[in-house]
This record gives sequence, C-alpha cells and structure tokens, in this order.
Amino acid sequence: MNPELLLSALMVASTPILLAAIGELVVEKAGVLNLGVEGMMIVGAICGFAVAVETQNPYLGFLGGAAGAAALSMIFAFLTQVLLSNQVATGLALTLFGLGFSALIGQSYSGQKPPATHDLWIPLLRDIPFLGPVLFRHDLMVYVSLALVALVWAVLTRTRIGLVLRAVGENHDAAHALGYKVVRIRIAAIAFGGACAGLGGAYLSLVRVPQWTEGMTAGAGWIALAIVVFASWRPWRVLLGAYLFGGITVLQLNLQAAGASIPVEYLSMSPYLITILVLVIMSADRTRAAMNAPASLGRPFHAAA
Amino acid sequence: MIRLDRRPDPSRAWSLATPPLAVLATMIAGGLLFAALGKPPVEAIRTIFWDPVFGEFAFYYRGQLLVKAGPLILIATGLSLGFRAGVWNIGAEGQYIIGALCGAGVALAAYPMESAFLFPLMVVAGALGGWAWAMIPGILRTKFNTNEILTSLLLVYVAEQLMAKMSFGLLRNPEGSGFPGSRNLQQYPSAANSELIAGTGMHWGIVAAFVAVIFAHVLLNRHIMGFNIRLAGQAPRAAKFSGVQPARLILFCLGISGALAGMAGLFEVAGPAGQITPSFNVGYGFTAIIVAFLGRLHPVGILLAGLLMALTYVGGEAAQANLGLPAAAIQAFQGMLLFFLLAGDVLTNFRLRLGRPEVA
Repeated sequence: MNPELLLSALMVASTPILLAAIGELVVEKAGVLNLGVEGMMIVGAICGFAVAVETQNPYLGFLGGAAGAAALSMIFAFLTQVLLSNQVATGLALTLFGLGFSALIGQSYSGQKPPATHDLWIPLLRDIPFLGPVLFRHDLMVYVSLALVALVWAVLTRTRIGLVLRAVGENHDAAHALGYKVVRIRIAAIAFGGACAGLGGAYLSLVRVPQWTEGMTAGAGWIALAIVVFASWRPWRVLLGAYLFGGITVLQLNLQAAGASIPVEYLSMSPYLITILVLVIMSADRTRAAMNAPASLGRPFHAAA
Repeated sequence: MIRLDRRPDPSRAWSLATPPLAVLATMIAGGLLFAALGKPPVEAIRTIFWDPVFGEFAFYYRGQLLVKAGPLILIATGLSLGFRAGVWNIGAEGQYIIGALCGAGVALAAYPMESAFLFPLMVVAGALGGWAWAMIPGILRTKFNTNEILTSLLLVYVAEQLMAKMSFGLLRNPEGSGFPGSRNLQQYPSAANSELIAGTGMHWGIVAAFVAVIFAHVLLNRHIMGFNIRLAGQAPRAAKFSGVQPARLILFCLGISGALAGMAGLFEVAGPAGQITPSFNVGYGFTAIIVAFLGRLHPVGILLAGLLMALTYVGGEAAQANLGLPAAAIQAFQGMLLFFLLAGDVLTNFRLRLGRPEVA
C-alpha cells in the first residue's frame, strides 16, 4: 500500500462526515439536538445527484444537495422550535422520512453516472514531494470542508454572532432576557446544519461513491453525531475525529481489497465499533463531558414559561 | 398572531384525538405526494387502507395483517417503556437480528433432533440474545455515561454485518448448494413457528405480542417499577427524591425492550421468514418506534397502532403490485405520519390563543 495514496484517500473518505459533523456542531452549540443528520444527508445525496445529472454540472449539484437538505431541516425547525415537539423523536422522524423520501425520488436515478467532479490541482503546491499528492490534489469540496471548519471556529470564538449563538445554547432564558431572538437564531443554526449535512450527502453520491443507491449513507450521519460528542463540541477536534474515522474506513477497505485473512464482514463493522469505543472513552469522564456540552442542549424553549 | 399557553396538565382529549387526526392528515398529504408522482391519489389511498380489510382479496390480506402487526406490537411495547422513562433505545432492529440469530442457532445446532422442548428453548435463546445486545448500550450508559441513542443505533450496523457473516458462514445450510442462508426452519417441525389457526396468520409471535401488551399494562398501572418509569419520565427530580435508581431503571428498560425485540426476531425467523439470510431484517425495529409514538406509549394504543402500521405494510405491497407504487413510498408515508403526530402534540400540551402577546 502506497502511503501517499492512502492518506489522499483518507481525506476524500472523511469529507462527507466532516461536513455533516461541522454543521451539527453549530446546531448543538445553539442548544438544539438534531438527530436527523442521517436523513438530511441522504436527501442531500439524492437532491445533489439529481441536480447534477439534470444540469450536468457537479457544482450546481452540491448547491442542490445543500438546498434540499436545508429545506428538510426546516420541517425539524418548525416542529421543534415553533410547535415545541420533542427533539429526539422529531430527529428520528426526520431520519425515517428522509430515508423513505430519498428512495422514492431516487428511483429513476439508480444506475446512472453523475458528471465528474474534477480535481483542482493547486499550482506549485501540488509538486511538493509527498505533501503535494496528499494535500493539494483534491476536488473543490475537500478544500471547502476544511475552510468551513476554519470558518465555524472563527465565527464561534472570534465574533459577536458566535458569542450570541453560544449564549443561546448555554442558557436560552438568559439570552431571551437580553433580547436575543432565541427561536430565530436556532432556526438559522438548524438550516446551516441541514445545508452542511446536504453537502456531505452530495459529496457521497457525486464524488465518494459516485452513484446513487438506496440507503447509501449507511450510518454516516450517526457517525457524524458521534464525532461531535467525540470532539467535545470543538471545531478543530471535529476535523481530527472525522479524519481519524476516515483513516479507519480507508484502512479497512484496503485490507478488504488486499484479501486480508479477517472476514470482510468483520472489517466492515470495524468503523462502527471504533466509533462506539471512542464515544465511550470520551464520555467516561463525567465532569469533563458535562462541562463541554452546551447547557441547554435538547431543552425546548418557550418564551412564556 | 397565534400564541401558545402551556396547559397546567396535558389535555387527555387532545392526546386521544391526535393519532386519528395525524392519520387523516397523512392520508391527505400522502395523496398529494402520490398525485405528484403521477399515481391516482384516491385509488392509492383506498388500496393501502381499505382494500386489505374490506376488498375483494381481503381473505388473503387479513392474515398478512397479523403477521406484520405481531413483531411491530411486540417491539413497540418494549420500546414504549423506555421512551416513557427517557431511555432511548433506537437499536431494536439490531436486537431483533441478534435474537433471530441466537434462536435459529439453537435450532440449527439441534437439527435434526425432534423434541417438544426445542421451540421453547429457541424462544428463550432469542429473548436472551436480544437482551444481551441491548445490555451493551445499557452498560455503556450506566458505567461510562455514553449516550445510548448513538450506541444502540450504531450496533444495528454491527448486527447486520454479523448476520451477513453468519448466513455465509456458521449458519449456512450445508445442503443449500452454495447459496447464502440457513436451513429453512419451517421444514423442521420441532423448530417451526407455524400458523396456529389456518388462514389467519396467527402464530406464537402474535400470542406473545398480546401477552406483552397485557404485561405492560399491568406493569405500568399496578407495579412499582411501572410507577417509577412514569415518574422518571414526567418528573426526573421527584423520581430522584423518591429513591428511584436511574441505573437500574435504564438497564430494566433496555433489557425488556431488547428481550422483546429478540423474541420478535426469533418468531419471525422460525415462522414467516423461515431462514436467516443477509436480507432477513425489513425494518420492523425502526417502524416500531413510530408504532410506539402513534400508540401514545400506551399498551392498548400500541396494539391499535401496530395493526394500523401493519395495514400500511400490507396495503403498500398491494399498491406496489397493482399501481406500481415504489416500496419506499410507504416508508416516506410512515415518516410523514410521525411528523403529523409530533406536530399535533402541540395541542395536547398547549392552548392556542389568538391575539397579541401581552406586554409584561
């Protein structure tokens, strides 16, 4: 196995989960637990695929995926923020609906090939030995995902908007008393999370696989949720978590291809098992886990209460 | 401007009225969806909801109704206990698979011995398998504080891979000429979960589902554990003061729901499905979540909701055959139902008031 190719594949394998996880991080920082990431990803995957096939333009496809998933997330926003429904149950509903709905609209697209997303080889940097092929010969979305992590980090920690968003997530009653529009801020965060999950899904169907099949996200959305917990709600650690996971995925796929003596099924379950293991390690320290989680996470906000 | 005022107590009337209203709203929205797909909406709704019970071929579909409702009711009854207490086991699909694997494993180990004790032993093995699989998130939650929602769900994918491995390996039919899948348990009299009354679809799994409903009803209304479950869900602080141990409650809820899901898996593999194959599971574990909510987490409600959801499965198959409706349409339909149900809950917990908000 060539380490250059392995590391380069790692970045591609991690990108869908990285995109979904960084979006969910913003949602959870605003105090909302959206368990519908899996549903939004798969709707993003089919919307992106459909738009890309119809227009023969992958970049419009990515936009379409983001828009489709953001539209789906608005159902969640309306139910939980306006009608004050249970966030856990509504998130599950979003996932179940998303899986069914995507299969429904995706019927005629199975077996088709999407337009190719070309790699952007960054001039000069691409020729650096080792680092060039690993870091600088990817498609646009890999760089977009990295830029999004940096952007989310900068906005959350360096700007007023980020401060208000975190205030809403830590104590929505206090934020409300200060005059911030808790519900509007949360809806905006949910929309951002939906768009990111949609981008991640579209990346799966347009670049990573690239094809449309029913249920193709195969738990990626749930792993993104786990990575947010693993990262203790910090943007750069989301990057670390996603790349760690991508590394495991690439490694087990390569072992499968190399015909390792471990049965294929056991290799395929390893990413899920390792995600569980990592979750356990991160949450075992109760005080630290409780300190990092946004204090209002999952709690409904009703102004009159 | 519409304003929401929290009711001092949830409205009982609205709580009962929401599920039928949600079903009605789903029919309308579903009809629009079918129309958008270019299918005749009224005919599609009639094929799904009316024909299986009252139509020309109802004698066939009615039996299928119980076959589908059995596992849904059995799993949803277990899940509802946890959901009431705020314990979110969403990995019932995995526990269902492991239950089927363990139960079928016992039968295949005993093959071809005939014994009256074999089937009861399989039921116990199935329940234990599901229980053990649910104990993984349970122990991780109580010992390491790990979120049981994520772990139980991730374990579904692990269970699916395990089942694939088993149907190609350990449990494969040695006389199956290389095809994946185990021996067919329906052709093994001691292990078969056959129809009890011909033509009704009634098998032991459905009997177990009815027993589970009665058991859950008694537990919730007459037993201290049921009281603690309700207390922990409605007033966690009060539960703490009255001495409810959260760890024990979590393990109990996950254990019961896992065991029931495992049993459902066993009854399915020994009955309607017949054998372990890589495509054995069809999503009952996830649909049961909708059944639990549609039944208002109440045992009797779950019984009715399970039958209704079974109707969408059976009717969905009929619509697939007659109208060319895709299989996924039913899944989207079920998700939509849950949306409307959750949206309707606002009426249970809040009073809608017209007018401008008062200035404090």
